[in-house]
Amino acid sequence: MNRFTGFVKKEFLHIIRDVRSMLILFGIPVVQILLFGYVLSNEIRNANIAILDHSRDEITAQISQKLIASGYFRLKANLNSADQIEPLLKSGKVRQVIIFEPDFEKNLVRENKAHVQIIADASDPNTANMLVSYSRAIISDYFLESAETTSLPLQIDQEVRMLYNEELKGVFMFVPGTMALILMLLSAMMTSISIAREKELGTMEVLLVSPLRPVQIVLGKVTPYIGMAFINAVVIIALGVFVFGMPVLGSLTLLMAESLLFICMALSLGILISTKAKSQQVAMFISMFAFLLPTMLLSGFIFPVKNMPLLLQWISHVIPAKYYITIIKNIMLKGTGFLFVWKETLIIAAMMIAFIIASVRMFKVRLE
Amino acid sequence: MKITTQNISKSFGPIKALDDVSFQVDHGELFGVIGPDGAGKTTAIRILCGLSKPTSGEIMVAGLDVYRNANEIKKNIGYMSQKFSLYENLTVWENIRFFAGIYGMRLKDIKLKGRHMLERLEIEHLRDKLIASLPTGWRQKLAFSIAIFHEPQIVFLDEPTSGVDPVTRKQFWEMIYETAHNGTTVFVTTHYMDEAEYCDRVTIMTDGKIIALDTPEQLKEHYNAKSMDEVFRKLARNIE
Repeated sequence: MNRFTGFVKKEFLHIIRDVRSMLILFGIPVVQILLFGYVLSNEIRNANIAILDHSRDEITAQISQKLIASGYFRLKANLNSADQIEPLLKSGKVRQVIIFEPDFEKNLVRENKAHVQIIADASDPNTANMLVSYSRAIISDYFLESAETTSLPLQIDQEVRMLYNEELKGVFMFVPGTMALILMLLSAMMTSISIAREKELGTMEVLLVSPLRPVQIVLGKVTPYIGMAFINAVVIIALGVFVFGMPVLGSLTLLMAESLLFICMALSLGILISTKAKSQQVAMFISMFAFLLPTMLLSGFIFPVKNMPLLLQWISHVIPAKYYITIIKNIMLKGTGFLFVWKETLIIAAMMIAFIIASVRMFKVRLE
Repeated sequence: MKITTQNISKSFGPIKALDDVSFQVDHGELFGVIGPDGAGKTTAIRILCGLSKPTSGEIMVAGLDVYRNANEIKKNIGYMSQKFSLYENLTVWENIRFFAGIYGMRLKDIKLKGRHMLERLEIEHLRDKLIASLPTGWRQKLAFSIAIFHEPQIVFLDEPTSGVDPVTRKQFWEMIYETAHNGTTVFVTTHYMDEAEYCDRVTIMTDGKIIALDTPEQLKEHYNAKSMDEVFRKLARNIE
């Protein structure tokens, strides 16, 4: 036991004295979560729009007001004729134009029906889609509200409701994703690099010649990182909750337990890589390609898995982060308990066991 | 402690790094393995330390099989690799404490012995300096002192003098000599022929085979040479 604590202590000293490690451990997670939260978020804020109001009555004024007040749009211009629309969209000054037909209010009262036309700049299709659906949601919302207060017989042709993330906050998507990404990178990359570094320096041989058992060496290497990664998980969740207002509807204990499981899985993957990688560069390279890119692109973090080609969907099944993201979203946003995430939990646990078995085998082969 | 190897061979795919090597090292002997790069020296030392398994053959250390009794043997051997492997971002003292700790030494003993060791090396003032800031010569001496800190009965040194200046090399060999004199068996590899003169017995290796094994004096006499360097040159000519 004494030997083991000495080892863990040594490992802590390595981490604390290495500026690069400290940066990776504590700088990157905070920067990344803030970046993803604020800059990279695919939510729309203050998109420029123009309104062409042929009717100029009370209802159109109220709808316009509601659109602007939503915070998603900023009114760039009030137009007078349809000729102005195209040049304005072409110039890129506005991304969307909303057109109310003449006699909007009258038509609404008389025929229970009125037309709003939305023209969006679809040169950026994702944004256009989002703008249009936001606008539609806001307009529907207006009619819904007024139906409650007035007796206007109104026709509502659609209902859009964004469940679990009603304000469509992108950050709710990015916090779980970033958490998966950071825990994966930290755990797997840092362990594989630190083991590879011992090989490079030749100290690994000295350790292997010593009475320390390989299991003790590996556990000693991994233990500090479990602690560090866990602190990181706490920091990320705290940032998500206190800076971005993300809820934790489910059990915090379950959330932490699942995070710990994910960390252990990533660590065993790191050990597996280190059995193969002879140098820090190789370890870094494998970690980057094996973890960073697939975790970002195929886990459903940035792009929904359902929209991917079939082949990529299959590949996404072996990305551990995918299951972890599902788990934490369920716990944080839906407040579900273990009963709803046991399948995903089991998959991560199975992956961990597979990685451990594989590393033990590789370790033996190396000694032959 | 004695080391006995019998017919050990080691192949990496089609390459035979060690080809049917047998020798015996006696208790307290300073045993040198000399040969050019790629002769199989490092492979041999790795096998003796248990870092690598021979393809065939048997190794007994103090009458115990290296693989079946690895844990018994490990406590009693010391090892220093080619890179004087110390942790660069730990201080001199932290390195001493760590390596002594993994051999199960008690803190009280570590403190006492450590102080003596630093005094002997005359580097007490460097106690809290990072290894990274030490010159190569000091690192090498420190690495050796740490390798024998837990008083192993056998110490394996893999090219301990590579990349070290001649003055330090001489001092270093004096340290090794003293260690052997105190009863520790020393197994050392080198590619500097002149260093063979320090050894009690020398084996000369090329291409994974032992081509000569004797005391330096006997070898020089047998090949009618003035120095070990000349012995090696004559041997190399014989092979061609």
